[in-house]
Parts: sequence; structure tokens; C-alpha cells
Amino acid sequence: MRTSSWTSTLAVLAGLVAVSAWTVPGQAEPKKGGILKFVVPDEPPSFDGHKETTFAMIHPIAPFYSVLIRVPPEDPAKNEFVCDLCTEMPKAADGGKSFTFKIRKGVKFHDGSPLSAKDVHASFQRIISPPQGVSSARHAWFSMVESVTAPDDETVVFKLKHPSGAFLPALANPFNFIYSKAKIDADQHWHEMNVMGSGPFVFEARQAGALVKGKRNPDYYHQGLPYLDGFEAIFAKTQTLRVQAIRGDQAAVEFRGLPPKTRDDLVAALGKDITVQESDWNCVLLITPNHKKKPFDDKRVRRALSLAVDRWGGSKDLAKIAVVKTVGGVVFPGHPLAATKAELEQLAGYWPDINKSRAEAKKLLQEAGVTDLKFTLANRGVDQPYTIVGTWLIDQWKQVGITVEQKVDATGPFYAALDSGTFDVTMDFNCQSVVNPLGDTSKFLPNAGDQYGKFEDAELLKLHEAMNKTGDEAEQKKLMRAYEKRVLDEEAHNLITLWWYRIIAHRSYMKGWKITPSHYLNQDLSVVWIDK
Amino acid sequence: MFVYVFKRVLLMIPTLFGAAVLVFLLMRLIPGDVCVLRLATGGGMDPQVLRNCRAEIGTDQPMAVQFYRFIKGLVTFDFGKSMWTGRPIVEEVGLRFELSLQVAIMATITAILLAIPLGTISAVRQNTWIDYVVRAFSIAGVAVPSFWLGILLILGILIASKAWFGTPWMPPITYVPIWVDPLHNLSMLIWPALATGYRYSAVATRMTRSAMLEVLREDYVRTARAKGVFRKLVVRRHALRNALLPVVTIIGIEFAFLMGGLVVTEQVFNLNGLGKLFVESVLNQDYNMTQALVMLVVAIFAFTNLAIDILYAWLDPRIRYNR
Repeated sequence: MRTSSWTSTLAVLAGLVAVSAWTVPGQAEPKKGGILKFVVPDEPPSFDGHKETTFAMIHPIAPFYSVLIRVPPEDPAKNEFVCDLCTEMPKAADGGKSFTFKIRKGVKFHDGSPLSAKDVHASFQRIISPPQGVSSARHAWFSMVESVTAPDDETVVFKLKHPSGAFLPALANPFNFIYSKAKIDADQHWHEMNVMGSGPFVFEARQAGALVKGKRNPDYYHQGLPYLDGFEAIFAKTQTLRVQAIRGDQAAVEFRGLPPKTRDDLVAALGKDITVQESDWNCVLLITPNHKKKPFDDKRVRRALSLAVDRWGGSKDLAKIAVVKTVGGVVFPGHPLAATKAELEQLAGYWPDINKSRAEAKKLLQEAGVTDLKFTLANRGVDQPYTIVGTWLIDQWKQVGITVEQKVDATGPFYAALDSGTFDVTMDFNCQSVVNPLGDTSKFLPNAGDQYGKFEDAELLKLHEAMNKTGDEAEQKKLMRAYEKRVLDEEAHNLITLWWYRIIAHRSYMKGWKITPSHYLNQDLSVVWIDK
Repeated sequence: MFVYVFKRVLLMIPTLFGAAVLVFLLMRLIPGDVCVLRLATGGGMDPQVLRNCRAEIGTDQPMAVQFYRFIKGLVTFDFGKSMWTGRPIVEEVGLRFELSLQVAIMATITAILLAIPLGTISAVRQNTWIDYVVRAFSIAGVAVPSFWLGILLILGILIASKAWFGTPWMPPITYVPIWVDPLHNLSMLIWPALATGYRYSAVATRMTRSAMLEVLREDYVRTARAKGVFRKLVVRRHALRNALLPVVTIIGIEFAFLMGGLVVTEQVFNLNGLGKLFVESVLNQDYNMTQALVMLVVAIFAFTNLAIDILYAWLDPRIRYNR
């Protein structure tokens, strides 16, 4: 029933990424009943998981849908994958190029119609090869897939062009909702505004801009689940309000994450009535110099920008006020493919001696002839952690004589500037769900849709392709180090700041939910229960 | 009167058209679009997906075509679909309109109940301690932003409920129509109505006071008093009615403003009203929604002004609109 994508080494990751709860979530016998109310910072644009990319869609809508495979809800930080709709995790066949999934019998959609392999096939066809006029946000993640077939009602077969370690993590992405083939065939856009899945909860109501309600699915195929009678996902835009809602018990939790100060305030106000779970977060802010603009076409200048930043010192201070903490490279810290501290310390900007590092930065700037460098940092007008990290960086760069002005824009104009390439240096994010370094690091590729540096680097592409094609973990690790060195040091195409740190402070009566390194994961609420 | 109202309604057409042109152009001055926003914030911007998205919502069409569609929609009362949610705008606005209307009515009632008695008593008792207290109260109301008062109210409720009952309580953050659950509805909306009503009343109190002071010095008021009419009756029947003209104007304009302008207060109390929708639609660069909301607010202002003018005639018999 269960397999591991990264074998036993992931146990190490589990330990590193694991929950550092201040109060260990309750181990008591789950109780049935109750309505879980939680706040969501935004309203989703649509209900279509295949199309959308935001957690604001996942939090209220994931409880209505099944997926083929997922992270285990009882231990989601482990980065293993277990079956949801399949009966057993398949073993790769044909030299790692074929995966055959057997689909559970007796699963029903919420309208009573049976769910079969045909529905799973139709859903993945829509994700991997969307028809004309249909948006699939993650179709590129399945570039290794040659075909998907459903030879009978209980079997789905994925054939790959080549073996790939990125396939199973892509398959386990929580946005891969399984839709009814009949609904898809009738209208490809039906799921954008309607909800009909086979998950633990049945869609009850939506109040425009206010909430989404779900009630227990009595026919749910995981016996005895869900525990809750239902849930209410309440949209609340401001953080102050969300925190007050938890404090005043109008909501039990906000599943995205809160800053450290807010956690402390809630703990001070509610004491034992609040439980805190914490984890490293598979999100990072990265700096991108515009390679098309002088002097950022010069790698010495880009390296200097990185060398000026004291990541080791900054992590201690910033962790007190912002949702950032861990120093890392291009791979999620703690993952077997991530650089060790010793390996990181070899890279520009990670040297243990910041004075030496800054002296080198000044030297490089002098060599490049830009001793009085001035530029504008284009930043997104989001407090946590964008503007805080941006302000910190300005001070870091000032230490080597660089003058930086921060230009904070609303999200729309910010991304428009990035897309048009009118910025000097910018900071954007790389947030992923399932920890999947082979896929996650594609952000740094010159041809990635969200790589705003606008550069060419054939060597980098070659390294990434080689990483994806080898099944040998040692080789992957070696290639990843070379890839990382090229991105962050030799070419300094991008600069990693600090990895995010996820803090969830929830009402202690909410049990069964465990934190994950991603705010996209483990949100079907099937194992959550209320102890009031 | 009918001819006057008809003429006023006709005059609204150029006003609405001017607003339509302005909002259409201004929205398109903001860099980026709804598709960039939707895709980029999810961490990826596949050019093909971006093109599909723009084709789907029609922003790939020339500006002239987009404007023609917008105006055609206005004329036929078909505001189209929200570019953000893909749902009909009428559906998106419906519930929010209901909530905003209720808050506006409750805040207006609060304001009237506070402003008219306080303004009147302040004028009648000019330069006494009552006058000083009322003036301080109204100046504070003008100075204190209603969203800040709202935050204080919520914090006060949280702290007081914890002190008195042992567990903190805050007003509900989800809306239920008043006919479904009056207690839930009122326990949610009473606080924003008080917070905005106070600020609103402060302006109206000051206006009532100054208008009353002016009227109380008029000859006909002195004559009425000389004839032996009771002071209370003079104030209520002769002075107040005449002093209400500018107050009605203020109340009307404030009411129209409350329908779409309670942006921050709505955020503080998680009111799912028109103001919040307005801001979200601008931030989401949802052209269709912003355009529809601007037109709605312009229409509300135009009709409120018309209602005020009609009310003038009732308050002051000298005003007639039949010519």
C-alpha cells in the first residue's frame, strides 16, 4: 500500500522537516462530529484545481476531491506517497518507464455515479494534454509522460519517455483533482464554477467572497472517515482579522502560516487553548538581477550582490520578525539532495566569514568598474516576508557600498514589470507543494516561464536534463551540486535569500491535522477532528 | 414634479457615460492584467497558458472592441462575468449589495439618532457644558477613523469578554441575512454600524448645530417665542425643520458613500460588502467587475442626489420643481 520515493533516506528528511510543535498534537481517540471553521486569506479565482495555482483554492476546495496518490495524512511531513484512489503504490516497470495503478472499487462521486479508471484517465489527460481553450497550470511537469491509458475500469497506466524521479512527486501534487469524465466531456469548464468530487466532504454552499461550506460525505471510501460533520472556509483578507478570529474563536486555524510575533501573541492570550506546529517551508524568496541590464550582465556584479549578504547572521534576526529562517541552497533544506552546511559554505554568499565575503564583493565591484553601484529593487507589496526581507537586503548591500532603493508594487504591476523586463533587480518566490527538487529547481532554468533574469545558459539546461534522466541518487546529488554552484556562484543567475518557516497556531481542540513543509499539502481534512 | 424627475434621470446618462469612459481607460493604465496576476502568483507563467487565459476573458481583443462590449453590456444591463471568478457579475454583487445596504441603513439610523438630538441640544444650550461635551464628542468623531474605532471595538470586545466570561468572544465574521438569523446578523453588523455611524454622526452633528444656531436667530423664531409658543415647540416645529436642509444633504451624500466606500471598515469586520469587492477587483485587475461597480456607485450617487432634492421640497414648501 505504501512506498517511498526516496527510500529510507527520507526518514532523515522527516526528522529535519518535522513538526516542532510547542504542544504535541493530541494522540487521543478521534471523535466524530463538529464543524471546523478556518480562515483563508484569499478567495480562489475558480474551483478548478487543474487550472489554478493558489493555496486559496486548495484550502477550501481540496476536501471535496480525491487524488490518485498523496502524502500520508497521518504523517505528511515524511514525503512518502500513499494511495488515495489507487489500491497499491505501483512498482516501476520497463526500466522505470511504466507505472500501472489499480483503482479502488466502489468509489462514488458525490452525485452517486461510480468512479472508475476512465475518470482518472480523463482527469490526467486534461492535466497533461489540455484541449484547446483549457488552461492546465502544471502540464509542463509531466513532460516525461509519453501516454496515459485506461485499459479497463480498474487500471490506469502511465508510460514515460524516460525514467524520471520527478514523475511520482508530480503525480502526488494536491492540485491533481480527479473529475468525473462525464462532466469533463459535457463541459471542459464545468469544474471552474462547480464542485463535484469524490472526496471526504460534499460541497454544500458558496457565499461569494465570504465562505465555502462542506458537509461529511457518508459514502467516503476510507472507512470511518471523515471525522468532522463539515467545515466552513471563511475568507478573511487581513491578517489582523484572521488572528482575531482565532483568538475570538470564530475560526480554529489559518492553514497558510503566521509570523513569529503573532504566534507569541496568540500563545500569550490563549495559553493552553492554542497549539503551535512549526516546520521548514518549501518556499524561498530569491533575488534575480536583470541580465539584460547593465551592469547585471556582468557575473562579477551578480556575485558581489550575493557575497554582500550575511545569510547566517540574518537568519537569526529575521526569524524573530518574519516567516523566514533556514539558510539553504536551491534545494529544500534537509532533503537528501540538499547541500550540507559544509557544502553551502563553499558557495558565494554562504562563506562563514562575512568580512572576507564582503571584501571579495568590494573587490569584484571594483574590477567591474561599478564602485558606486545604485539600483532599484523591485519588490512585491506583501509584508510577510517580501518587504521585510527587502529592507534587510538593502542594509546588507549598503555594507559594500551599494545604494538600493526599494520599489514596492501591488502584485499586478509587480509581475507586469517582471514580465516586461523593465526592472534592475527583483525578488520573487519559489513555492512548491510536494518536495520534489528535480521539479522545484526548474525555476532556475533560463527557459522557465517564471525565470525573470532573461539569460541563456546551455550548460545549466544540460545539467538539469541529466539530473532528471538519471535514476542513481548519488549521481543526482553530484549533478545537483554542480547545478547549484552554477546558479548561485559561478554565474550567480539567482540569489537565494532565506527559506521560509511555517508556523501554524491553531485552537487546541482541532486535532489530527499535522503540519507539512507546504501550505498546499494535507488539506483534505479527512483525519481532522474536534475535541470540544 | 414628474417632468423634473424625468429630466434629472435623462441628465444621468451623460454622467454615466463619462464615468464609463474614465473607468475603462483608468483600469487599463495599470500595468499587468488579471491573467499575469493569476498565473504569476502561483509560481509560474507559461506563455501558452497566458495566451489561453487572455483569449478566454477577451483581454487579447483591441481596446475599441473591449469598449464596445462594455458599453453594449451597460445599455443592455448585461455586465458580463467577473474576469477573476468567471461568475456573472450580478451574482457576485447581489449578496454584497444586500450587506452594504443594511450596514448603510444601520449606520445612517445611528447617525441620525445621534446627530439630530445632539446637534440641536448643542445649539440650544450654546456655550454651556452640554455644548462643550457635544462639540468634543463630534470633533473626536471626525478625527477618529472608523476603521481604527472598529479595531478598538473588536479588541475591547475580546478583552472584556475574556475578563467577564473567561473566554474571549468576537462578533461573527460570516454574514447571514437578517430574516434567516436576526441575532447572528445584528451581532455581526451592529459594530461596524456603530463605528461608521459615529463618524457619520459627528459630521452631521456639527452641521445640525451650526444650521440650528443660524435658524434660532431668525426673526420668525423670535416672533414665535414672543407670541408665547413653548420653546420646545419652537425648536421642534419651526427651527429644526428649517435647519434640516443642509443636514439632509450631508446624510444623503454620506449614505451613498457608505454603499461603496466602506473599504477599510469592511476589512476590519470581514464584511463582505461592495467596498471590499471594489478593492479586490482593482487589485485583481478584474476590469469587468471594477467597471460594473463604478457604474453602480455612480448610479447610487445620482439617485441619492435626486432623492435629496425631492426631500428638499417636502422640508421647505418654498422649493417647487414644477417649472
